[in-house]
Amino acid sequence: MIHVSATPVLALRGASKRFGAVQALTDVHLEVHAGEVVALVGDNGAGKSTLVKAIAGVHPIDEGVVEWEGRPVSISKPHDAQELGVATVYQDLALCDNLDVVGNLYLGRELRRRGVLDEVTMEQKARELLSTLSIRIPSVRIPIAGLSGGQRQVVAIARALIGDPKIVILDEPTAALGVEQTAQVLDLVERLRERGLGVILISHNMADVKAVADTVAVLRLGKNNGTFPVKDTSHEEIIAAITGATDNAVTRRAERRTTEAAK
Amino acid sequence: MSDTTKTPTPKGTVPAAAEDPTAAAVAAPAVDPRLLVREEGFKGYITEFKRKVKGGELGSIPVVVGLIVIATVFQLNNDRFLSADNLSNIGYYMAATGMLAIGLVFVLLLGEIDLSVGSVSGLASAVFAVVVTKHGMDAWLALLLTIVTGVAIGALHGWFFARIGVPAFVVTLAGFLGWNGLMLWLLGSSGTINIPSDDGPVSLLGKSSFLLDQDIVGAYLLAGLAVLSLLVGSFMDQRRRRAAGVPFRPTSEIVLRVVALAVVAFAAAVMFNNSAGVPNALVIFLVCLVIIDFVLRRTSFGRKVFAVGGGVEAARRAGINVELVRITVFAIAGGFAALGGMFFAGQTSSATMLAGGGNTLMLAIAAAVIGGTSLFGGRGTVWSALLGMLVIQSISTGLSLLNMEASIQYMITGAVLLGAVVIDSVSRRSQKAAGRA
Ligand SMILES: Nc1ncnc2c1ncn2[C@@H]1O[C@H](COP(=O)(O)OP(=O)(O)OP(=O)(O)O)[C@@H](O)[C@H]1O
Ligand SMILES: [Mg+2]
Repeated sequence: MIHVSATPVLALRGASKRFGAVQALTDVHLEVHAGEVVALVGDNGAGKSTLVKAIAGVHPIDEGVVEWEGRPVSISKPHDAQELGVATVYQDLALCDNLDVVGNLYLGRELRRRGVLDEVTMEQKARELLSTLSIRIPSVRIPIAGLSGGQRQVVAIARALIGDPKIVILDEPTAALGVEQTAQVLDLVERLRERGLGVILISHNMADVKAVADTVAVLRLGKNNGTFPVKDTSHEEIIAAITGATDNAVTRRAERRTTEAAK
Repeated sequence: MSDTTKTPTPKGTVPAAAEDPTAAAVAAPAVDPRLLVREEGFKGYITEFKRKVKGGELGSIPVVVGLIVIATVFQLNNDRFLSADNLSNIGYYMAATGMLAIGLVFVLLLGEIDLSVGSVSGLASAVFAVVVTKHGMDAWLALLLTIVTGVAIGALHGWFFARIGVPAFVVTLAGFLGWNGLMLWLLGSSGTINIPSDDGPVSLLGKSSFLLDQDIVGAYLLAGLAVLSLLVGSFMDQRRRRAAGVPFRPTSEIVLRVVALAVVAFAAAVMFNNSAGVPNALVIFLVCLVIIDFVLRRTSFGRKVFAVGGGVEAARRAGINVELVRITVFAIAGGFAALGGMFFAGQTSSATMLAGGGNTLMLAIAAAVIGGTSLFGGRGTVWSALLGMLVIQSISTGLSLLNMEASIQYMITGAVLLGAVVIDSVSRRSQKAAGRA
């Protein structure tokens, strides 16, 4: 693990959230340090996206404390999170198909020069950013609709970096991607860590988690179910924490295989 | 001033890239072979043009072709069609409905529709007539009040749509009926109020060539100003882009565009000077087009309109106040409807029961769509109001030159609108196929 500072950049303490009758999060704790990739894992419906949306200010938490660099803060709308330095790449991509790459990168925080959009500087900076991240896009002036899934995903991630955030949240960034493009996104995650950013990475893919994460935080049914350093934790231990028991569909399946093989 | 030869957002080119694959591989850092960069020179334009047509980015091609066909057909049937007087007529009458179309372009960019603009324009002329003739208000103050009324009505529609969540077409359909009723009530039993037209905005809008008071130099000055601003603007942009090291438009292309504009603008100036002079309403319409084009393409408000039209959720997450954008857009549509109503009043020097009724609304919508603004939101330019109005006004003056009845005019305009929507839908589909929508 890369050197990690003592005070976490972002800490959630006792966060709870309910939607009507659904208690989506109960007393959840989470810490993210600068230069750390925290993988957030859990089964479908475990509350990962809800936790992310709470941090991003989309669905503020009902109870609990959010600490930013040690100070308690309130995040009640997306703008609050952006101001603090939280950038989020949502599970369902949030890009405008009709705008070009530059337009999307700067959407909502366009650079202006004498009150008018400064297309030249935006284009110049967009090219710089994409090239420092080794992102290859045919042209920064083609509409997003003309890009492949992986290219869109890297644009979405690059977009998160425009505001110089301290924490980047990626909700299943590789879910719909092919092998090559997944590798591209994982490379990008490593580059974010090298830049000293804290990254929260949500993924169902254990291989991805083991490849890039420093810490794994497991959510189960809206509650914490363990936090593990990746390098000292086996695949099986993480799976067990996700499914909540040693006896579950995954282990039963593994057992069946070994007994069948023994026959 | 007008930009009829191209869509207003062509991409720049990378100077001297991709011409020779080996040279590019040596010089440039890892150029993707699938890169869609236009080659230098005219061959480049042609290949890019072919690619765009294949990908469904037809832009203003169909409408320009349509205009040529229309002009040819009518000219063959009646040689007065391309006369200076008839073309001046087209210019004179298209401004009023064109103003409504400008407002509709905004609404269409959001992927919504405003069915009330015709009624609002009629109501605006009635409000103006009533406050001026019955209450003796100063005409310019009354103009301001009229525009504010239109903006307020539009904002009200927008509020019901954005805050309450009523579908825009229902809100504006209610407005279509309601504001028409209010207009009839204001006009009272007579049904017509004559507006004194010796001076003030109505006489101004009705007349031609206020610039330099009927002097032919006025038209040439306007044309020259338009050409000069395009020339200076393009070269300044090129210089900044070159200095910043981003792709820029090559000089050959700039010259081509400027020459094209110069030909069109000076031809129009000569034509108007051979008739009654430049209609003031047309000048105001063109100025509005230039301003709105600037607002849509160069300001963050314009960017927000496109963003909301292209993806509401993405826009919201980017921190854009979607409700505010929606309300503002409907308010703008209302404001332009009111302005258009003043143009109608200028044509007849009166507010009548018929103002803004009949097929006004349909023509305004048709103009925006025929001009190339998509019904599906997020794609289009305000120049489509000009191009579409040229088509519509040409058809209607052409048909009346041929002494066709209104019934035939309606059917033909309906068919043209259907054709435009079909082109819009088909090009959207092929854009999807080409991965661009
Ligand atoms: N806006 C909402 N309104 C009501 N319930 C919600 C809402 N968002 C999430 N939930 C509920 O909260 C729970 C957690 O959902 P969440 O989307 O956070 O799961 P997840 O861990 O991201 O799952 P996945 O792996 O499928 O993305 C689910 O039971 C879901 O139904
Ligand atoms: Mg999720």
